[in-house]
Amino acid sequence: MTDKHLSSQFDAELSNISTRVLEMGGMVESQLRQSVYAMHHLSIETADQVLEIEQSVNRLEVEIDHDITSTMSRRQPTARDLRLLVGVSRVIVNLERAGDEASRIARMTKSFIEAGAPRALPVNDLAEGAQHAADLMHKTLDAFARLDVQASLAIIEEDERLDAEYEGFVRKLITYMMEDPRTISTCLNLLFLAKAVERVGDHAKNIAEATIYVVKGADVRHKTAAQRESAVQ
Amino acid sequence: MTTATAIETKNALEVRNLNFFYGKFQGLKNINMNIAERKVTAFIGPSGCGKSTLLRTLNRMYSLYPGQRAEGEINFYGQNILDPKQDLNLLRARIGMVFQKPTPFPMSIFDNIAFGVKLYENLSKSEMEDRVEWALTKAALWNEVKDKLHQSGLSLSGGQQQRLCIARSVAVKPSVLLLDEPTSALDPISTGKVEELVHELKNDYTIAIVTHNMQQAARCSDFTAYMYLGELIEFGATEQIFFKPQRTETEDYITGRFG
Repeated sequence: MTDKHLSSQFDAELSNISTRVLEMGGMVESQLRQSVYAMHHLSIETADQVLEIEQSVNRLEVEIDHDITSTMSRRQPTARDLRLLVGVSRVIVNLERAGDEASRIARMTKSFIEAGAPRALPVNDLAEGAQHAADLMHKTLDAFARLDVQASLAIIEEDERLDAEYEGFVRKLITYMMEDPRTISTCLNLLFLAKAVERVGDHAKNIAEATIYVVKGADVRHKTAAQRESAVQ
Repeated sequence: MTTATAIETKNALEVRNLNFFYGKFQGLKNINMNIAERKVTAFIGPSGCGKSTLLRTLNRMYSLYPGQRAEGEINFYGQNILDPKQDLNLLRARIGMVFQKPTPFPMSIFDNIAFGVKLYENLSKSEMEDRVEWALTKAALWNEVKDKLHQSGLSLSGGQQQRLCIARSVAVKPSVLLLDEPTSALDPISTGKVEELVHELKNDYTIAIVTHNMQQAARCSDFTAYMYLGELIEFGATEQIFFKPQRTETEDYITGRFG
């Protein structure tokens, strides 16, 4: 398959958009890793870095969105160019929201520390789940960059395991709260953090679905594993 | 997603193992396809790919030229029109054609329409007036010309002339309309009117259109055929061809990676 358009300017526009999406992905990934670190090690400094990156992520989302609209209006892309631009549009929305979740984790961590109650938060389980979600985001960006359908399918499955981990964690919190109502306030805070982590996994899954859409033209959202498999055949 | 196979339609034309020769040069290579009734089928492809040639076999327009011959079958509602015994005038009344450049006859707007009708039907004056109005209305031209029916057809603008030619084809009540790059000489507004007209006409007619403008095929056709070097590379529902074609060659062409 030739990769060059008759118009080299069109090639340049698409390549510029792809590069910037990966740049944005890199930023969100580091937001996630730092938010996990801040939560685990109760670091205000790291939490502040997460919030700082958020500004750049938001700016990139708006800029890439503008580039997509501009290319669509001037080039009337078709087939894989069309699918790429629609796919990128979905990817950046999910990246920005995953970044928002990282910022939420950072902000909550800061408020726990500032409230002077850090010792009361047993975050080990949660840190493990957050690491899992951050890894998933890394893998999904990698699969998007390589347009890897099989890896994307695996990520969608893995998000289901992350969802199950979340449910297990919630049940654990409920048990704590029933056994000792004095833990309710701490457990609720942990629950909000866990929800943010779980959402990051969902955004990673959405990006994996966008990758499949770009490559195969198949919409696998809200499909069962068997339906996804047959859609990508 | 709709695909070519998912839609149950009757075929107006069935092309079977069609080969076409300009003398020794083979212009079409073993074409097999169906043209669905009351749908718009578009032919796209680079210059010289055979799309106009294929269109011109569908009403045997090529028979005007010596040394050109077609082999295979084109079944028009079950009747092979490549049969040497086929009456060509009758065929062209049933399968009308509109060309790239508007070709009004050097006569009045009224006579442009009436001329073809007189060849096939014996109508009274009032019946003929009704037919002319009907055809011009079908071609979305009536309101613009109703007060000047006796002016020359050549006095109209390019876009109006092209719609006059479409009205002339429609007037003899064909079942298929072949449009060979009907808007390539027109401005965007006239092009828009002709495209709108194509959309209207498919309620009553089967339409096959050759176009250099891929977006035009995307806008106004139900099915799209991509041709290259005399071969039919891919044929399917237009949405599928422009969103996720099956063949790499098709994708390269429609995304502008060709050449």
